[in-house]
Amino acid sequence: MDRAVKPMLEVNGLRKVYEDASRTVEAIRDVSFSVGQGELVCIVGPSGAGKTTLLKCIAGLLAPTAGGVVVEGTPVAGPPPAMAVVFQEYGRSLFPWMTVHDNVALPLKQKKMPAERREELIRDALAAVDLKGVNGAYPWQLSGGMQQRVAIARAVAYEPHVLLMDEPFAAVDAQTRADLEDLIRVLWHRLRVTVLFVTHDIDESVYLGQRVLVMSHAPTVIMEDVAIDLPDDRTQLETRSMARFGQLRKHIYSQIQLAKQGWRPPSP
Amino acid sequence: MKNLIPPLPRRVAIALALPVALIAAWWIGSADSQSFYFPPLQTILHTFGKLWFSSKALSNIVPSLWRFSVGYLAAALLGIAVGVPVGASRNLRNVLEPVLEFLRAIPPPVLVPVLILFAGLGNEMKALVIVFGCIWPVLLNTVAGVRALDEVLAETVRSYRIGALSRLWHFVLPGASPQIFTGLRQSLSIGIILMVVSEMFAARDGIGFVLVQYQRTFAIPEMWSGIILLGIIGIALSLIFRAIETWLLGWYHGLRQSQRAG
Repeated sequence: MDRAVKPMLEVNGLRKVYEDASRTVEAIRDVSFSVGQGELVCIVGPSGAGKTTLLKCIAGLLAPTAGGVVVEGTPVAGPPPAMAVVFQEYGRSLFPWMTVHDNVALPLKQKKMPAERREELIRDALAAVDLKGVNGAYPWQLSGGMQQRVAIARAVAYEPHVLLMDEPFAAVDAQTRADLEDLIRVLWHRLRVTVLFVTHDIDESVYLGQRVLVMSHAPTVIMEDVAIDLPDDRTQLETRSMARFGQLRKHIYSQIQLAKQGWRPPSP
Repeated sequence: MKNLIPPLPRRVAIALALPVALIAAWWIGSADSQSFYFPPLQTILHTFGKLWFSSKALSNIVPSLWRFSVGYLAAALLGIAVGVPVGASRNLRNVLEPVLEFLRAIPPPVLVPVLILFAGLGNEMKALVIVFGCIWPVLLNTVAGVRALDEVLAETVRSYRIGALSRLWHFVLPGASPQIFTGLRQSLSIGIILMVVSEMFAARDGIGFVLVQYQRTFAIPEMWSGIILLGIIGIALSLIFRAIETWLLGWYHGLRQSQRAG
């Protein structure tokens, strides 16, 4: 997809400083980037890089100290209407007192729509993440991977223009993880949704993204904006064994190593 | 997963074994009792049948249960209604905490004379005493439950822009419900105690009232039978409570079990 398309999401000079009585912590120093409509961009950084802080600022869950976020031309001052977030802790982001169906239905009840339309969206979303026959089950009756699928289905049913994902697969086993990565690529292609995917896993970021933003250690700046020039049709086996995949992986890995040592790009 | 719960008949048998043994021991031990104060259990049960299986008995049981129900339910509603905002706001907690601690420290029965002054001798006074005693466990547990609501779930609710009423109904109350039920369970026995105590002070009917009457007229088997009746009422209320809890907190017990298994 062309990078020249209109930006869906813009982050401008974002800075976040946590302050309390005893100390101030600068989590994010200066982050600016933009994501075009329909793009899939990964953010990768060492642990403690302020990735979650950045994502919460973009999601409107946390007010930045300076700078701002613009979604579809509107400055973010709270959770934007056309955005859905998938959190890492699937076990804590699904309502344990609601069935799978009701978990997916709850955000839709906020949007005024006929009940038939709502049921159709729920059915389609659960089918899109390959979950069938679990409507009446409670989340805790499902495996971790299935629970995260429910959370993804809930986001999909919400029909967001922007989908934020905060290390969504960090807590599932490797096999499930590969399946869920492919699921994200499929959903992204099918729904033409803009995806911002935060991860600490370099391979995952290269495999999934069209671009990878490499974050420095906190206080965070962007070290590099890497274009992932791999073919659009990706498979776990072939894509991951490509020479180019290895080069990109190696490049980002060395950037992360630099980040861990505290190196940061010269300020512009 | 191994089935750790024995089948129902065995569970019932296990639960009933000790009570049956105790009753048998009481029966045999008191069979030829000559003591005026500790009559044979047979005499007590005989009196129990005559006394509490009559239509006249209802004129004492019904008022008691009515006072209890009104007081307990009012305390539950009030405790939750106040506990939710207090749990949600640190500022409100800081302001209210000293006052709540003070009020909680007052033993509810001492309020009976005070409440008689402005609520009279009627049902209102007794219900108020029950409210005053039952509200604290509900209130404090609701506060704790709301404070402990999951942060990730709260952010999920916010990010999907779920409205205030829906948030309360679908997130805050169910999320705090396990703790709220802990408070309600504690209040249940407090409520029964206060029901009886308030009737002992000043009443024209009620189980507490007749108990004191029997005691003052040395109607000893009748007095004992009243105490047994209170025990049975306590068990019945706790069974009803358990049924409601199982229905509303089924998800919670399932969740806990899956966490233990996993």
